[in-house]
Amino acid sequence: MKKILLSSIIVIVGIVFIGRLSYLQIFSFSPNQILEDPAIKAVYDYPERGYIYDRNGELLVGNQPAYDVMVIPRDTKALDTLEFCGLLGITKEQFIKQMIRAERYSTRLPSVLVPQLAKEDYARLQEKMRKYKGYYIQKRSLRDYLTHSAANVLGYISEVNESDLRNNPYYRAGELRGRTGIEKQYEDMLRGRKGVKYIQKDRFNRDIGPYKNGKLDTLPKLGKELHITIDKTLQEYGERLMVGKRGGIVAIEPSSGEILTMISGPTYDPALLVGRERSKNYTKLHYDSISKPVWDRSILAEPSPGSPFKTLNALAALQEGVIDSDTKFRCYNGFYVGKNKKGCHCGGGVRNLNSGIFNSCNAYFAGTFRKIYGKYKTTAEGMDVWEKHMKSFGLGNYLGTDMPTGRPGRIPNKKFYDKWYGEGRWYSPTIISNSIGQGEVAATPIQLANMTAAIANQGFYYTPHVIKQIGDQSSIDVKYTQRNYTTIDKKHFKPVIEAMANVYRYGTARWLQIPGIEIAGKTGTVENFTRIDGERVQLTDHSVFVAFAPIENPKIALAVYIENGYYGSRYAGHIASLLIEKYLKGEITRTDLEKRMLEKTLEQEYAKPYSGAPFQINEYEW
Amino acid sequence: MSGRSTLKRLDWLTILLYLVLVAFGWVNIYSTTLTEEAHSIFDFSTRYGKQLFFIGVSLVGAVIILSLESNFFERFSSVFYIACIVLLVGLFLFGKTIAGATSWYDLGFFNLQPSEFAKLATALAMAKYLSDIQTDIRRGKDQLYAILIILIPVILIVPQPDPGSALIYFSLFFVLFREGLSLRYLGFAFVLILLFVSTLKFGVVWVCIGLGVLTSLFFFFKKDSYKIAKLPLILFLVVSVLISLSVNFVFNEVFEQRHRDRFSLWLSLEEDPVKLEKIKKTIGYNTYQAEKAIESGGFLGKGFLEGTRTKGDFVPEQHTDYIFSSVGEEWGFVGTAFIIIIFTVFFLRLVQLAERQKRDFSRMYGYGIISILLVHYFVNVGMVIGLLPTVGIPLPFFSYGGSGLIFFTAMLFVLLKLDASRLKEL
Repeated sequence: MKKILLSSIIVIVGIVFIGRLSYLQIFSFSPNQILEDPAIKAVYDYPERGYIYDRNGELLVGNQPAYDVMVIPRDTKALDTLEFCGLLGITKEQFIKQMIRAERYSTRLPSVLVPQLAKEDYARLQEKMRKYKGYYIQKRSLRDYLTHSAANVLGYISEVNESDLRNNPYYRAGELRGRTGIEKQYEDMLRGRKGVKYIQKDRFNRDIGPYKNGKLDTLPKLGKELHITIDKTLQEYGERLMVGKRGGIVAIEPSSGEILTMISGPTYDPALLVGRERSKNYTKLHYDSISKPVWDRSILAEPSPGSPFKTLNALAALQEGVIDSDTKFRCYNGFYVGKNKKGCHCGGGVRNLNSGIFNSCNAYFAGTFRKIYGKYKTTAEGMDVWEKHMKSFGLGNYLGTDMPTGRPGRIPNKKFYDKWYGEGRWYSPTIISNSIGQGEVAATPIQLANMTAAIANQGFYYTPHVIKQIGDQSSIDVKYTQRNYTTIDKKHFKPVIEAMANVYRYGTARWLQIPGIEIAGKTGTVENFTRIDGERVQLTDHSVFVAFAPIENPKIALAVYIENGYYGSRYAGHIASLLIEKYLKGEITRTDLEKRMLEKTLEQEYAKPYSGAPFQINEYEW
Repeated sequence: MSGRSTLKRLDWLTILLYLVLVAFGWVNIYSTTLTEEAHSIFDFSTRYGKQLFFIGVSLVGAVIILSLESNFFERFSSVFYIACIVLLVGLFLFGKTIAGATSWYDLGFFNLQPSEFAKLATALAMAKYLSDIQTDIRRGKDQLYAILIILIPVILIVPQPDPGSALIYFSLFFVLFREGLSLRYLGFAFVLILLFVSTLKFGVVWVCIGLGVLTSLFFFFKKDSYKIAKLPLILFLVVSVLISLSVNFVFNEVFEQRHRDRFSLWLSLEEDPVKLEKIKKTIGYNTYQAEKAIESGGFLGKGFLEGTRTKGDFVPEQHTDYIFSSVGEEWGFVGTAFIIIIFTVFFLRLVQLAERQKRDFSRMYGYGIISILLVHYFVNVGMVIGLLPTVGIPLPFFSYGGSGLIFFTAMLFVLLKLDASRLKEL
């Protein structure tokens, strides 16, 4: 017993040790070593974020240096706090608070004491910084906006959040990432690729040389510069016109699908979301739930399209062969659906395709619409044929633009009504409003602009996009250079375009004429409702206008949608005509009109539903 | 006796294992103390250079020991013992203080640590006393003398302060047990430690309940036997409960905070996460970093000179007491398991050598040094891999340090010399 006691102890100790070691080194071992290892610090080298230029090569977004005052708490010495705070432009309390925070984070690692110094403060501070041991100024790069416009298109960047970190291994805490607009959509190109150096540290967190002699290190790859299709001048001009109005404007070059301008009103200066005041400004914008400045109406608002939609119904009827350009309908200052009469403002009389469009006759289009589904055995079957035609213009579904958001709008079909009313329980009166772009149809301004571009092209469109060129790549995504054909034959467009030209010549848009420019357009006046205290209340009509110009070889197709602007030609039409003139001529000849449109606001209109008092809609004064 | 026959009779297996340990130890010392500037491995301004020199000195010492008369050690053991006592006393007057402990003589190029020498001397003295024909370990008076031989150096070393080294001397009790001291003492010590640790961990109430259950079970299963000595059993129970009750007093009043923290860490006593974090950053820092370093090595390790935590010097004392963590990081499980196996085979072989000695002195000396080396190995590795509380003692043949290596080598080769000449002395 005594002889084997020691030997047994030796063997048992050996087994226990090997057991413990296998637990540590085999079962607890984590393969993700290099990032968890406290002895290896990854130092990142961030390339400059790519610049963004407009379609004419004008710089929209660059970068600016920002200066953070950093502190390494253990290196600091006693100092004249008051003088130092004065230089930094902060109070003593803020200083003490930040210092405590920095110490709590780490006494050896740098923390930000004052973020993003103003340039003047930086100049003043720079010379005196030597006096303050443990404090230094670190340069950072921020976005610099050379325009006050296009915030909705450009988007903004912000620090990555928890979910970014979880979902994308590229990002580390504190890094920036595009959140909306182009900054988000083309994030990978704009940011480039950060370089990394792995540094071997000792336990005091001091650098003691490169890890593995820099074998794993990478060089940063510069962000690419982006050229976008936005026209800076037009965008800025449009945003000036939109001051005091709510709505969306989208203009497209029909021959390429390039988005010339994309305006949402009200908007904000993109520079608000950069720098020291960022979070204050963001909160203010984000929580404005009445005018919603961060909600991009040009691509997210889905109102009923109104009368511009009539052009598509005309095209579908022509394609189905149920009318020709001479087919006539009588307007009784309205039309009958069963026993109910629905109104029309066209003046009444016999309407054909041409006058039906340029006078925007509801009766004509109700008749046309009936003929379309009347061709088929059941209304339901007809609806689906109609839906197919409408959708071929990019309506009723996501358009597939290169903006990171969007809405599908709505083209109702049999399934839609079956769901709402039950199969076989809906009839032509249920759907007749769709003939004039009211009822269940809905479209975003960009869809309306795209639809107009398809008419301008006489039967096809390019998916609207804002990207023009990425770095020195010779081409963009093929998705944006392919034609999407509509289901309407080219020959049917001629009479409709002619009628749209007459809208401008003699019709509902005759007030908008621009000397020397021929426009094809269509006005829309859209009834709309809201709920006040649970009660459905009608508001002043939305003003809508779609147009393209010139008629031969169109350069611009646009849709303007102004909330509660009343007649189509009143706000939307005027703004559209100014934009077309600006774009095609480069200058405005109708300065009186321009002045009026710049100055007029609809704020009193928008205040009505919130006033709590009874109010008039569609007031005539103008 | 001719030198040739000594060489023939030497136990070359032990020497081989010894050389493997020393060589692998040096490789790890090289890795842990390598700096950016390139030095020759013979550059004595570096630690690995110095250690190479110490290895050379040790081997020369080994050859000298082998060439001495085999009864030299027995004859002069008393002289060695007295010399070591003198040296230990002398530390109070002429000692050099390193890291708070006055444990060294400054010899200019080299700091001599007499407590290392004292281990060898005490082992020899112990063997000499016990093998004396007039000594009978079963006699109380002789037991007292034997214990005194162990306690004198302990008393001199504890105030240096170097409690870790002092602890080692208690390992010499193994020799006493081997030579006939009742195992009951060992049992008592074991029960005492068990009571202490379990009371700390589970509290007095649970320990008392456990003791009650155990005693009842014992009675229940031995009901039929008339041979149960009831009185001692009840006595044991009462004493156990008293000890358990006094644990908290000893822990809180006798122990110092740093000792308490070590136990807190080891037994996971601290539940307050803030305090636990503080312990991890202070006293538990070494253990935590060592464990992490070993863990990060994985199965195959990061490779020689590739250990990031070793390079970053994350584990303090990684070239001395914590060298095993560097083995774990750079050589992985393969390396650590290899070292454990080598040590296990080495110790088993030494036990075999000790047991085959015909002379009592040789056998007792053998047991003495096995106990000393084994406790070093057990406490050191156990501490580094987080099984035992932190006690600062080196890993024999492996850790950096001249005194340690030279006297561990001397201890070993004295045994080998005695073994080589065992047949002749019959």
